[in-house]
Amino acid sequence: MKNSHGDIAQKYREHTGRKRTYLLSGILLLFVVSIVSISIGSVDIPLIDVIHTLLGADVPVRLHSIVWNIRLPQVLTAIVAGAGLAVAGVVMQSILRNPLGSPFTLGISNAAAFGAAFSVMVLGTGGTHSSVGDAVSINNPYTTTVVAFLFSLLVTLVIVAFSRIRGTTPEIMILVGVAMGSLFTAGTMFLQYFADDVQLASMVFWSFGDTARASWHELGLISVVVIFSIVYFSFNRWKYNAIDAGDETAKGLGVNVERVRLLGMLCASLVTAIIVAFLGVIGFIGLICPHMTRRLIGDDHRYLICGSIVMGSLLLLCADTAARVMLQPYQLPVAVLTSFMGAPTFIYLILRGRRI
Amino acid sequence: MILEVNGVEFQYKSKEVLKDIKFHLKRNEILSILGPNGVGKTTLLKCMNAILKPKSGAILIEDEDILKLEQIEIAKRLGYVPQRCEPARLTAFDAVLLGRMPHIKWNVSPEDIMLVESTIKKLNLEHVALRYIDELSGGELQKVSIARAIAQNPKLLLLDEPTSSLDLRNQLDILDTVRDVVRNENVSAIMTMHDLNLAFRYSDKFIFLKNGTIYAAGSMGDITPQVIEEVYGVPVTIQNYMDVSVVIPTV
Repeated sequence: MKNSHGDIAQKYREHTGRKRTYLLSGILLLFVVSIVSISIGSVDIPLIDVIHTLLGADVPVRLHSIVWNIRLPQVLTAIVAGAGLAVAGVVMQSILRNPLGSPFTLGISNAAAFGAAFSVMVLGTGGTHSSVGDAVSINNPYTTTVVAFLFSLLVTLVIVAFSRIRGTTPEIMILVGVAMGSLFTAGTMFLQYFADDVQLASMVFWSFGDTARASWHELGLISVVVIFSIVYFSFNRWKYNAIDAGDETAKGLGVNVERVRLLGMLCASLVTAIIVAFLGVIGFIGLICPHMTRRLIGDDHRYLICGSIVMGSLLLLCADTAARVMLQPYQLPVAVLTSFMGAPTFIYLILRGRRI
Repeated sequence: MILEVNGVEFQYKSKEVLKDIKFHLKRNEILSILGPNGVGKTTLLKCMNAILKPKSGAILIEDEDILKLEQIEIAKRLGYVPQRCEPARLTAFDAVLLGRMPHIKWNVSPEDIMLVESTIKKLNLEHVALRYIDELSGGELQKVSIARAIAQNPKLLLLDEPTSSLDLRNQLDILDTVRDVVRNENVSAIMTMHDLNLAFRYSDKFIFLKNGTIYAAGSMGDITPQVIEEVYGVPVTIQNYMDVSVVIPTV
């Protein structure tokens, strides 16, 4: 079976064309789901009104307020956080050469949770009863967020330090990450044991990842970091492909593997840390979305990075919308649902495929 | 002269691995690096394109010292085929396209696509061009790996045990491919080899390493049973069969 000379290039163009079609369909679908998501909730808004409101038409103040102040920030937060977690996951899987790599492999979420617990208990930022919505809230969310973020960065720096001493290999990074994760889990348990019931409730409440926590201001901050990381990762897409072919192949292609690995890890950690610090722990998105995308369009990072971003946004947005409406009048934090969805999806992927 | 290696030394931590390595290679020649396990064959090969940095010495490719170049510039001059290529879910076409990476600024040009296409054709890989490389056989994967190195448009190909873990048919197939490329593409090749008979069959020149340095070097006429016995510690005889030298252990 031999193709003529022109055939291969033509078929290859069709092959990449299909991937572009998938990406484009994903983006369109995301757009549609966003509109639907804005329209449903404790107050249902007809789709056409949503579109009018978004386009700036003259609508009742109440409608304007629901769409612009409540629903849209939450929808955009889900999109941006999903994109950030998924893109961090894709890069982690490549640079750690491990299909179980995710934004949380390096213990970042455990450190953030410890940071939040530390802030609640030692700095006294948690634990007043709120009259609306959730029973418990954090009375100084900014301090809690900053402390959670600082502890996430601390873990990252510890991993960087070990990598500098012992070499930037996936094994070192994963092992130090697992050790740090375990250490901070122990630290959190220690704090929780001595916390009073209100503090304990605040700590646990903080750890439920929830997109409703972010207002426009926080969304802006998260977006800046997510966009920066996407640009950085896209710039290095060929290098991740090369590293997938093996460190030696990559070095033979002129890639400074250690530097790409270290900077990729730093950037993925940063984007994860900021999402976790503002929203809490949202599991499985960073692990599942890259694998789902690999199924559809393969491991080529030229398409995989973009595909995972769309997949992450779409999945987190769907989960977030479902979490908001499925148990009305209660609004579940999205993390509960992603973890529920994550396990069966992952097992399905394992059963269906030759490899993950 | 396409390659001149002058006094290359390499040490790992404080242990000296290679010392005073000197040899040269002409265009369209294949050189095999031979020697027992652990003698530093792969280390020498990795020093050749500065994946491992030699402590001292010079490696001149067309009179340019590659040890003074950036890694990406080295990748434009030397194609490296490691012992093992990790199979990813990339098509063979994409995997070969990766060889254009040192030359690509931001995106793939039509010339890159054409070059990949012609490389695939040269290596008779048309039938697997759009298959994922994690579904290919060992021999096909190795060919894709060689095609990637050729797509780099190098002056010199470095191959680390290109036939290890391949069956007889694939061993011959891969080395035929290397020989054809070297003859037709104006490149030279250096391979590390374990199988002396395959090395004799396909190489123009040989280096025998012993104790981290070159024990013997030359073309087929310079290789005697004594050299092989002293390098490997096995008594052998060299016979000629249909114009091909064959090594037979006499133990």
